[in-house]
Amino acid sequence: MTKVAITVNGERREAEVEPRQLLVYFLRNQLGLTGTNVGCDTSSCGACTVLVDGESVKSCTVFAVQADDTEVTTIEGLAENGELHPVQQAFHEQHALQCGYCTPGFVMAAVSLLRENPSPTEEEIRLGLEGNLCRCTGYHNIVKAVQAAAEAGS
Amino acid sequence: MSVLGNRVLRKEDARFLRGEASYVENMPMEDALHVTFVRSLLAHARIDGVDTSAAEAAPDVVAVLTAADLDVGTFGPPPHLHGLNAAMTRPLIAGEVVRFVGEIVAVVVAKSRAAGADAAELVMVDYDPLPVVASAAEAAKDEVLLFPEAGTNVAGRAGSPEHDEALFEGCDVVVSGTLISPRMAPCPLEPRSVVATVDDDGLLTVWTPSQTPHHDRFGIAGMLGLDPAQVRVVSPDVGGGFGAKQLSTEELLLGWVARRLGRPVRWTETRSESMVALHHGRSMQLDFTLGATREGKVLAYRVDILADAGAYAVLGSFLPNLTGLMASAVYAIPRIEIDGRSVVTNTTPITSFRGAGRPEATQTIERAMDLLAAELGEDPVEVRRRNLIPADAFPYKTASGATYDSGDYERALDLVLEAAGYDELREEQRHRREQGVPLQLGIGVSAYIEISNPVGETEYGDVEITAEGTAIVRTGSCVHGQSHETTFAQIVSDRLGLPIEKIDVHKGDTAEIPKGTGTYGSKSTQLGGSAVRGAADAVVEQAKALAAEYLGDADPDLEPAMWADLAARAAADGRLGELKASHEFTSPPSFPFGAHLAVVEVDVETGKVDLLRLVAVDDAGTVVNPLVVEGQVHGGVAIGAAQALYEAYSYDEDGTPLTSTFVNYAFPSAADLPSWEFVEMETPTPNNPLGAKGIGESGTMGSTPAVQSAVVDALSPFGVRHVDMPVNGENVWRALQAAQA
Repeated sequence: MTKVAITVNGERREAEVEPRQLLVYFLRNQLGLTGTNVGCDTSSCGACTVLVDGESVKSCTVFAVQADDTEVTTIEGLAENGELHPVQQAFHEQHALQCGYCTPGFVMAAVSLLRENPSPTEEEIRLGLEGNLCRCTGYHNIVKAVQAAAEAGS
Repeated sequence: MSVLGNRVLRKEDARFLRGEASYVENMPMEDALHVTFVRSLLAHARIDGVDTSAAEAAPDVVAVLTAADLDVGTFGPPPHLHGLNAAMTRPLIAGEVVRFVGEIVAVVVAKSRAAGADAAELVMVDYDPLPVVASAAEAAKDEVLLFPEAGTNVAGRAGSPEHDEALFEGCDVVVSGTLISPRMAPCPLEPRSVVATVDDDGLLTVWTPSQTPHHDRFGIAGMLGLDPAQVRVVSPDVGGGFGAKQLSTEELLLGWVARRLGRPVRWTETRSESMVALHHGRSMQLDFTLGATREGKVLAYRVDILADAGAYAVLGSFLPNLTGLMASAVYAIPRIEIDGRSVVTNTTPITSFRGAGRPEATQTIERAMDLLAAELGEDPVEVRRRNLIPADAFPYKTASGATYDSGDYERALDLVLEAAGYDELREEQRHRREQGVPLQLGIGVSAYIEISNPVGETEYGDVEITAEGTAIVRTGSCVHGQSHETTFAQIVSDRLGLPIEKIDVHKGDTAEIPKGTGTYGSKSTQLGGSAVRGAADAVVEQAKALAAEYLGDADPDLEPAMWADLAARAAADGRLGELKASHEFTSPPSFPFGAHLAVVEVDVETGKVDLLRLVAVDDAGTVVNPLVVEGQVHGGVAIGAAQALYEAYSYDEDGTPLTSTFVNYAFPSAADLPSWEFVEMETPTPNNPLGAKGIGESGTMGSTPAVQSAVVDALSPFGVRHVDMPVNGENVWRALQAAQA
C-alpha cells in the first residue's frame, strides 16, 4: 500500500492505495465519487475522463499513485454553487445526452477542449472529442452543445 | 396551450449532468460478494473436466460453482415466440459442451472483484475441441451439428420453403443478388452490472440495467422455481440497451447464486467480456430476386433469408419473421415469396439490436431496387417512385402479410430530394466524373418503412394525485435513454393541466409498478404514452366527481390551484385514493416510414469513403417532443451509417472473435461521422389517441441502404454494381479491382 494525497474537487484527500489501483476506482470506490463511469477496459471510450491539473485524462489509464500531489476535477466538482457549468448547461439545452453514461466523460473532455481552444470549428470539436464514444446521440447534439458552450463563453 | 409537440428540455438531465445517476454499478452494497464468470476460450469443445481446487484455495474466494452444482433448467427462447427449436436451449453454466467463445463454464464468488479476477485465472478447464461452425453458410449444410440430438442446425423458420415456379412470369427484367447484413455488437456504453439480494422473507431482489424488468421478473421466477411474488426486479438508470439488455444467463445466475449462498452478490462485466457475452445483432444473408416489367413496374420478389442465430435459439432466431413480414417495404409488389431460416453457429447468440430484423428487409429491397434501376438504365429514384404504395391506399395489406396503418411515401421521397438538392448533387457528380478526379461523388437514396410495436402488445400506466396536488405517473414501459420522464410528463400535463415540473414519472421497479412489458420494438410512446394518457383521463373524471362534491363544480378548470385545493380536501378526508387510476393500452403495430439520402466521397485510388451528408426524412406520426425525436433519429442514423461504413463483428474460422474490444471493433467516434440533416414530416396513425408511431429504430432503417447505395453509385462508372458492407476501404478497393480486371 502506498500513501497518496490528491486534491479532488478542491478537497485534499489522503489515502492508502494499492499500487495497482487505477485512479478511476480510487475515485469511485474509495472516495465514493461514482459520477465518473467506466465504459471499457482499453482506454477507448473516454467515459472515465476527468481533469488532472486542468487537463483531460482517461482515469482508467492512470494509477492512483501517479495522481499523487495533483488536483483532480470530476463531474461532481464542475458545478459552482449548485449552478451547472456552461458546458453542462449547453449539454442540457442542446439535448446532448440520452442514457447519460458517456456524458460525464464528454463534459470533462469538452471543458478541457474549450480551455485549449475557446472557439473551435466543427471539425476541431469532432477531432478533439475523438477519444470519447457515445452510442445514443450520433454525436450531432454533443457537437452542437460544445459549439453553444463556446459561444456562451466568448 | 398544450405542451405536446414542443421542444421541452428534459427533466431527467440534471442527475446525469451532475454525476448523480443511479446506475447499478453505483450502488454501494459494501457487503456484497463479487461474481466473476470463467468463460470459454474455445468456440466448440467437449468439457472433459473442470478443476476448481486451486481457485477455491485462493485468497478471499468464497465459492466456485460449476454445472455440477446447477439445480435449475436451461434458458430457452421466449415462450411467446413460437416455432423456435426447443432443443437448442442454453444451460446457465456449460457442463458438457461449450458452443461459443464467452460461454460461462464456472462462477467464482469472492470478497473483492480483484480476488475474483485472480481466482478465475486458476480454474482449469479440460477442453476437447470439436469441429467449429463459424458461419451460417457452414451451419446450413447440417454437417457439423451443434445439437446432435436436434438432428439439424435450424433454430427457427419464417415464410415457406415452397416455391412458385411461375413467380416471375410476365417479368421482362429479373435482377438478383445477395445482401449480407454484418453482425454488430450493440455496445451500450454502460456494461451490464447486476446486484442480487435475498431478504429474511425470502424475497429475491435483482437490480439490473434492463429494458424489461417485468418480463425479467417472470423469467427469473420461472427459471429458479419461484412464485413471481418472491421476485422483485429493479431497473434503475440504464446506460443504453439498444435491444440487447434483456434477461440472459448472467442475471439468472446472479439470482441463483444469491439464493444458494444466502448472501448479496454483484457482478459488473468488463467491456471485453461484454463484447463476447452480451448478445449481438444482425448477421443475416439475404438472397433476393426481383422481377419487373420493362417500364420498371415490379411484379414479383423472392427473398431467401439465412440468419445466423449464434450458439443458442434466443430472440434472434425469431427475427427472420419480421424481415419477411416487412419484405414489401414501401412498394406495391403483387407477388412475394419468403423462405427464411435461422441456424445455430459457434458464435455469440443473436438478439434484437436497434431495428431487429427490419433493417435487413429494407437493406435488401433497396439493393434490389438499385440493381433494377441499373439494369433498366434509369434513375434509381424514379424506379422507386413508380412502385410506391400510393398515399390513398391505406390501410394497405402487403403481399408479405403486413397491414400498414398510414403513410405518404412519395411525399417523404420528394422532401428528401428537395432538402438535399438532388439535381445539384447529380450535376456536381457529373462534373467530377468528367474531370476524372480521384475523389468521386456518390449519391444514395433509400425509401424505408419500419414496424413499431411489431407484435401488437399492451402497456400499463397509472396516475396518482398527491396530497400536494402534484402527480405521480407510473409506467410499465422502461427507460434506457429515451426521455420518458419528460415525454410522458408532457402527455399527462396535456390532460391534467399541471406543468411538467409537478409530474414525476416512475418506472423500472416491479415492486412499485404492478405490470409492464418494457421498452423494445419502438413502442414506448404509442403504447406506454397512450396508457398514461388513458389513466390521466380517468383521473380527470374522478376529479370532476370529487369537485362536484367539494366545490359544487362538476367541470372545474384543470389547473394547478384546482388540483392543490381538491387534493388537500381529499387528503383531509382520507379520500386521496379516489384520485388514482390505471389504464392498459393495446394496439396493433404502427408503421413509421421515411426516406434518406446519403452523399459520399470515395477515393477511387484507395477505397477510402467519407460520408459527407446524410439527409433524413423520418415520419413517426404525431410528435410529442421534437427535440427527443430528433435525438432518436440522430442516434439511429449513426448506428445505421456505422453498419454501412465501419462496424462488422467478425470471427476467424475457429470461431475466435477478431473484434472483441473497443480497440478492434470499429465503433465510430465523432470524427468519423458528419452532422445529420433532419427533415420533419408527420403522418398520424389512427391506432392510438396520440397519433404517434415509434421513432427509436427508424433511423437505422433508411441510413444503411442509403450509404451503401451512395458508395456503389460513386463506383458505377467503373462497372461496379455491388459492394458488400462495410462499404469502405478494403471492400471498395477490391470491388474496383474486380471491376477493372
